[in-house]
Amino acid sequence: MATTVPTRTPSRPVPPDPLPRVRGVTRRRNWFGGLAGWAWLVVIALPLYWIVITSFTSQDTYFDHNPLVPTTHPTLENYQFVLDAGFVRYFVNSVIVTVGAVVPAVLMSFMAAFAIVRGGGGRFLTAVNGLFLMGLAIPLQAVVIPIYLIIIEMHLYDSLTAMILPSIAFALPLSVLVLSNFIRDVPRELFESMRLDGCSEWGTMWRLAFPLTRPALVTVTIYNGLTIWNNFLLPLILTQSTERRTLPLALWSFQGQYSVNVPAIMAAVLLTTLPILLLYVVGRRQLVSGLTAGFGK
Amino acid sequence: MSTVIPPATRGRRERGVTSARNASLAWLVLPALAFFVAFALVPLLAVVVLSFCRWNGISDISSISWVGLDSWHSVLTDPALPHAIGVTLLIMALSWAFQTPASILVGVFIAGRQRYRALLSVIYFIPLLLSSAAIAITYKALLDPNFGIGPGLHSDLLTQNWLGEDNLAVGVLVFVVSWQFVPFHSLIYQGAIRQIPASMYEAAEIDGAGRLRTFFSITLPQLKYTVITSSTLMVVGSLTFFDIIWVLTEGGPADATRSLALDMYIRGFRANLMGPASAIAVLLVLVGLGLALLLRRLGGTDATASQMEGV
Repeated sequence: MATTVPTRTPSRPVPPDPLPRVRGVTRRRNWFGGLAGWAWLVVIALPLYWIVITSFTSQDTYFDHNPLVPTTHPTLENYQFVLDAGFVRYFVNSVIVTVGAVVPAVLMSFMAAFAIVRGGGGRFLTAVNGLFLMGLAIPLQAVVIPIYLIIIEMHLYDSLTAMILPSIAFALPLSVLVLSNFIRDVPRELFESMRLDGCSEWGTMWRLAFPLTRPALVTVTIYNGLTIWNNFLLPLILTQSTERRTLPLALWSFQGQYSVNVPAIMAAVLLTTLPILLLYVVGRRQLVSGLTAGFGK
Repeated sequence: MSTVIPPATRGRRERGVTSARNASLAWLVLPALAFFVAFALVPLLAVVVLSFCRWNGISDISSISWVGLDSWHSVLTDPALPHAIGVTLLIMALSWAFQTPASILVGVFIAGRQRYRALLSVIYFIPLLLSSAAIAITYKALLDPNFGIGPGLHSDLLTQNWLGEDNLAVGVLVFVVSWQFVPFHSLIYQGAIRQIPASMYEAAEIDGAGRLRTFFSITLPQLKYTVITSSTLMVVGSLTFFDIIWVLTEGGPADATRSLALDMYIRGFRANLMGPASAIAVLLVLVGLGLALLLRRLGGTDATASQMEGV
């Protein structure tokens, strides 16, 4: 029975059309689109290429060779330098903050979304849903001053927890929206039959809704993970000591310190992005759909 | 199943079940609600309160004192404010004007079903994965007049003081912002373009419409609501650009790229004037909401109206 459940959601991009000819937008030559497409490819790819080849160029030869030609003597010395500069620590910090914020945020959003969908008409739950929708419009940048004050008052300033707590709060609105849209597509009969079988709402949530919502859960996990991994403002404002830094902030101060050593900076850029790039290689489709979560119509 | 229950009693029965169920469900939202209230809603209200207070950001909460409209007065009479608003609007307008056509064209390109385009998309989306900090750091190194790519290629044209001159710095900023966000917007356009019914294009082809005519008479009008969505995200998003500007220029040269978001940060966390900084934060929220509503107006009141007339 559960195998026939349609799990498509309006919040995900359309899957590739099995009949390419049916919606053949581009059967005729499109010179403008083609030109723009190839030109933009060069714009995108050139800096990326430069990051990669520079990160393998030794500091000594960097200044006297063509920066767009890969070095003839690739070296790992830049990576060694970056690792020695404490990036292992920053990497671990980033992992702790990201996992520590994403896991609770996604679980809480899922529980809230389940309650909002199942409790349909209830006044309290409708109000809560409205509140989360409103939350989509609150920019983090505008409320950092009170967040800073709250964190100080909680005696959490300069700790990893300080970054985790607001990250959770700002991950919730979009996650609740995406997950509740998805749960709404689960046929009511399934919930009804679970209830008739004597299953509690708690059991229904974990044994029926959770497995069925998996694609959307993956999407919001990836989206939030990326946002929190890349966050710069919270560590900038909520930490002070070197050993509490997460990667984006560490990268910034690294450049401030070694601005002459361009190859090392590029090695650092590449290292901080590596986990996301690996994720991209493994789960590109989920990642891309995660990025447009809530926008594709 | 439920058909066993006679219709007369069914309504009341279900209502009773529903309210009991709602009560048992309500507590499931509490953890999320608590976090949201504590770290998003309360801060939103607190930033308004703080804009009427004096606080240096260093001493604890007991040092915060009510000063009424002092901060607002000092912010609104400071010539730095119109400058910051001007910079913000300039960055907003330029990045919108560059990104929109670029995203539509790239969107049209990757909406095609050719296999190589799917492969190219893999590269297109990479900028979406990088942090603003990493992107800004890369461009800062790439454009450095001493260590960057210009001197490396011995090219005078590329060896400019890119981030040291007002107009160049704004131009570089707009370019870097576009580099980061065009992929995202083309992704939105790609999805929308693939939704346009092929029959429209077939009809146009039969009528003898050329490629350009088809683009302007079918593709673009069909994308109307996508343009509004994407523009809203661009415009409202550009208000809160912080990391990318801060890492690239720190608001410089002089104050040439000191937008509202940077102005807020510098006043609050560098000059320790949390009151005026909060006033600017309130302005940011208000301007963002105002722009979002305005764009919604522009899009017509009925966003759900069919775009498929005649199909």
